[in-house]
Amino acid sequence: MSKKITVSKAIREGLLEEMRRDDKVFIMGEDMAVMGNVFAITTGFLEEFGPNRVIDTPISEEGFCGMGVGAAMRGMKPVIELMYNDFITEAADPIFNQAAKLKYMSGGQCSIPLVLRLPMGSGRRNAGQHSQSLEALACHFPGLKVVCPSNAEDAKGLIKAAIRDPDPVIVFEHKLLYAHKEEIPEEEYITPIGEAKVRREGKDITIITWSREVNFAMDAAKSLEAEGIDAEVLDLRTLVPVDWDAIKASVSKTHNVIIVSEEVKRGSYAGELSAQIAEELFDELDAPVERVCGLNIVSPFSPVLEDENFPHPETIAAAVKRVLNK
Amino acid sequence: MAKREAKKAKYSKEQLLGFYTTQVRIRAFEEHAAECFTKGMLAGNIHLSIGQEAAEAGAFAAIQPQDYFTSTHRGHGHVIARGGDPKLAMAELFGKRTGYCKGKGGSMHIADMAKMNHLGANGIVGAGQCISAGSALASKIMGDDAVTVGCFGDGSTNEGSFHESLNMAATWKLPMVWFIENNCYGVSTEIHRVTNTPDLATRAAAYNVEYAVVDGTDVIAVHEAMLKAMEHARSGKGPYVVEAKVYRYQGHYCGDPAVYRPKEYMENALANDSIEKTGKLCLAAGATQDELDAIKAAAQAEMDEAVKFADESPYPDPSEVTDDMYSADNERCVAR
Repeated sequence: MSKKITVSKAIREGLLEEMRRDDKVFIMGEDMAVMGNVFAITTGFLEEFGPNRVIDTPISEEGFCGMGVGAAMRGMKPVIELMYNDFITEAADPIFNQAAKLKYMSGGQCSIPLVLRLPMGSGRRNAGQHSQSLEALACHFPGLKVVCPSNAEDAKGLIKAAIRDPDPVIVFEHKLLYAHKEEIPEEEYITPIGEAKVRREGKDITIITWSREVNFAMDAAKSLEAEGIDAEVLDLRTLVPVDWDAIKASVSKTHNVIIVSEEVKRGSYAGELSAQIAEELFDELDAPVERVCGLNIVSPFSPVLEDENFPHPETIAAAVKRVLNK
Repeated sequence: MAKREAKKAKYSKEQLLGFYTTQVRIRAFEEHAAECFTKGMLAGNIHLSIGQEAAEAGAFAAIQPQDYFTSTHRGHGHVIARGGDPKLAMAELFGKRTGYCKGKGGSMHIADMAKMNHLGANGIVGAGQCISAGSALASKIMGDDAVTVGCFGDGSTNEGSFHESLNMAATWKLPMVWFIENNCYGVSTEIHRVTNTPDLATRAAAYNVEYAVVDGTDVIAVHEAMLKAMEHARSGKGPYVVEAKVYRYQGHYCGDPAVYRPKEYMENALANDSIEKTGKLCLAAGATQDELDAIKAAAQAEMDEAVKFADESPYPDPSEVTDDMYSADNERCVAR
């Protein structure tokens, strides 16, 4: 049985189920309680779980993220939201120096079961400080796990997996996916962390991607089909730990790869994957791996300019043809 | 003056000797560590608590077993005062596998979550304040009666983390005590060159939080301020800030000659040496000089043993380098 709901409702369901299942789970962030979140993800939570477990914070990202770390060390399971992933710079120390490191630095004495939800991505005309895709930053720091769902089913399944995971998990949620209505299973389920999914099978080229760009890659694959090109779309879903077996299997089948993300191209996670494929799967490749990413610029405000700054289906299709020399 | 003397009379000889012993053990640990460092037996840097012993002994005697705490880069004294094992602490300084953190943290990051409820010393100034407040939040949510004590230095009160966490802890009445050891120096910078309030704890008033400022060389003054603070936090009245004015005998790190300090600083420090002061209280309460000497000799022997244990302990095996990064799926997470 399945039902059709929006991505934001799917996340809401995941949070609700986990909070009902485990009273160690609590929610903290700006405008999460009385307002119920700017995307209505936690409306009604305050009434059901009370002010101890659904907490409106002041605008103090370092403070409340650090408090999440401390609470997690005591066995609580904080689910914290930063209103935009761009604000991670305000909370860099608690996330990158504390949450990511304290298990290792203490010789494994503690786990930090913290979930940090980060609404990300461009396309909402919010300019340079509210539109970034900062997954590479999170992937850089050992100690963090990083997931980037592309649809309602995974958004719910991964938030549930993240809450149950003993390690800090950063969940990148694309803001322009929130309103997408999609089928999800009626019954309870988990989407395991660390498992990619082939969204479309193909034999000519692998498009590795995640988050909102999965949809664009699917559109590109459809248009390429009409031109006789059979593209495989691999939705990574998790960036750390990455599903290398899935990448290897797909690349070994198609022998051509592009990697698509909304990130700034320089220093992107797409670049990291490209390097790993070049290092370890060189003999499988018929052509150099291409990264299809944003530009090396600040995300612009004007719609005309912003649309230049992330890959569209046409951009992806063009890259596929370049790599295949068609 | 008479009132103060009467207050001190409340303390038995045994209690006073207890404070004295903790202070002497902290200093002995630090002097042993310094000697090992000078001999090249330790890697990295160490930051010593010499001069801060009365503050630490007085404060920790007010902390109950169920309570939690965080510490700083200058945190060896907190471990000794909390009843930690000097062998395991010394082995951590040596980077040995037998250390508190299996040699993965070192001097600045000793933690002992299971026995001491020590949520960790921290290399980032101010980071422990938010972690402590988070621990206090956990206590509030779970409804236990633990208080979390954040141990901090003067420098961290100029970090945003101090203000952000104090504001939230105050607003939500979290069971937390801020324990500031103000030794007046952030590395080389004298606190009043960069801070506009004569005392640091007075900033608590901005958040409607109660506070006390005490002489950190006076073990009784610190202890009583902390007893009051702990009772306040435990009874649901919210956080409390205690500032103890202390001296840092060494430079910032072991080997720093501290040429940036006026000579009066150390003259005042030595004139107020906290171990001598607590020793005098013990003698006044009926202890003998022989008893004090025996405590010092025992501390020396104990720390000799700790050094021996650390020195003879094995280093971690290089194959352990990627262990303990993640609690689940560690191998795959560190592989790429």
